[in-house]
Amino acid sequence: MKSYILKRLLHSIFVLVGISVVVFIILHLTGDPAALLMPMDATPEQIAQFRKEMGFTDPLLLQYWRFFKGTLRGDFGLSFRHSQPALSLVMERMPATIQLTFAAMAIALIIAVPVGIISAIRRNSILDHVGMTGALLGQSTPVFWLGIMLILIFSVTIQWFPSSGRGSLQHLILPAITLGMYSMARTARMMRSSMLEVLGQEYMKTAKAKGLTPRAVILKHALKNASIPVVTIVGMELGTLLGGAVITETIFAWPGVGRLAVQAIYNRDYPVVQAAVFILAAIFVLVNLLVDILYTYLDPRVKLK
Amino acid sequence: MSILENATKALDLLGEDRRAIRLRKVLRKLWENKGAVFGLIMVLSVIICTILAPYLSPHDPIFQDVEKRLFPPIGQSGSDPHYLLGTDHLGRDIVSRLIYGARISLVVSISAVAFSGVLGTIIGLLSGFYGGKVDSVFMRLADVQLAFPFILLAIAIIAVLGPSLQNIIIVMGITGWVIYARVVRAEVLSLREKEYIMAVRALGGSNGRIIFKHLFPNVVPPCIVIVTLEMARMIIMESALSFLGLGVQPPTPTWGGMLADGRVYLYTSWWLATFPGLVIMLVVLGINLLGNWLRDILDPRLTQL
Repeated sequence: MKSYILKRLLHSIFVLVGISVVVFIILHLTGDPAALLMPMDATPEQIAQFRKEMGFTDPLLLQYWRFFKGTLRGDFGLSFRHSQPALSLVMERMPATIQLTFAAMAIALIIAVPVGIISAIRRNSILDHVGMTGALLGQSTPVFWLGIMLILIFSVTIQWFPSSGRGSLQHLILPAITLGMYSMARTARMMRSSMLEVLGQEYMKTAKAKGLTPRAVILKHALKNASIPVVTIVGMELGTLLGGAVITETIFAWPGVGRLAVQAIYNRDYPVVQAAVFILAAIFVLVNLLVDILYTYLDPRVKLK
Repeated sequence: MSILENATKALDLLGEDRRAIRLRKVLRKLWENKGAVFGLIMVLSVIICTILAPYLSPHDPIFQDVEKRLFPPIGQSGSDPHYLLGTDHLGRDIVSRLIYGARISLVVSISAVAFSGVLGTIIGLLSGFYGGKVDSVFMRLADVQLAFPFILLAIAIIAVLGPSLQNIIIVMGITGWVIYARVVRAEVLSLREKEYIMAVRALGGSNGRIIFKHLFPNVVPPCIVIVTLEMARMIIMESALSFLGLGVQPPTPTWGGMLADGRVYLYTSWWLATFPGLVIMLVVLGINLLGNWLRDILDPRLTQL
């Protein structure tokens, strides 16, 4: 058990180092980061001067080492636009992104779990067909279009919810549905197939044979076992949602990390881009680590592997 | 001699017959699955639009006519019967732009899927066959890549490199190799211990021969399933990039770009944003349905995808 967690921890650290390499490389893709970082109208002399100041003339490995040390200290440099440390800019926006992600996940689960269970119990019924067609539609709908259509219907036409910004609960609903739709669809399908598998097991017959009510059989025996694979998916989705909020945040002008990153990309504010990408990826790694550890408690069979 | 020739001919005929029967069987199965039929129709329509765009389009998709701007679709007051789905803010015909938009969608997603499929399959074959260091390097790389918020990474790279058709395809291709590599690797791991591989080895077959003549054909069926499902993802990805202004640049019509234009006019002209998204959704839904059907007949174990 301990060695498993230790192994996963080492693995996560390795992945984090890999992420820092990629984040570093992004800026060096064109071969001349100085030209990217300087304003468009900078003279060649200014660029050369800047190149020296920033140490872009040093060997690449040395540059990476400096970047890596900075990352360890949480130092990604100053934002060009806001003359504030890039990391603190990202961290300021983090609560908004986390709020949106959890709201999306909550909506997804509240709808997906019952739909998945009912579809499995009433297999091939109308409810099942409606539920699974809906799930398939949800998986095929592009996030950006869903967001725009929700705005069109609920903000423009019937004016129930505001179309952009953050503040009240009303602001949260449309972005959360938009962001959560894909996870909702995926979780519903997962819940259904997982439930169907459990319902076919021998111990379900035992539970029924010993005289339990159908309700108890399903809620106590089937659901518990069927949730195990769903928990993994939920963990993975949580990480994906944090990073996937980019488009949703852009559409609803939600002041989160994703929108900050997109704006930083357009403004060529690369320290902020690097900080945002690194932090989002790091959170994804941590969430997965936690899910894996949690998993060993839920499903003791994992430890044996 | 003639007996032998006749026998060979007869066998050939038999083979052809058998193939014809098999094809008919598959077609009958396809017909039974209405979702797959719908999927096939969607996919064929997109292909036809791509090839015959100049003949199918009622108008020039790029020609601007300010006098004809923002005509609503047919059936609404103020519509023009020549413009079935109306015109956009520059007086361009929506139907024609949707037809031409299929081109970019299809070309980019096919190229990206081909790129990532070839890359991922080769990596998976090598990883599974050689194991050891090769394997652990590639699999760690896969972990690093999976940790990134996929869309954020793609926009960061394209923002640095510039949004050319080639860059878009490469970036999308690179972000997609992991899933092929993992599935192919797992397949190869179980295949390489089989007797027939040992037999080839005993006969002195080189590693290259084993990999490409004996292992590769066995990983094709699962790869076909992944290719289909990845096509759907790539179409959404391409339109997401276009939506953010990082796809193929205007005036070339793209579905994502049309959506982005339409977003600005959401409060006055709903049709601009509605139709491109609807088309993306239907096409993606169709491909997913076709993919699910292919998975069921080719490789039912891949239900997790």
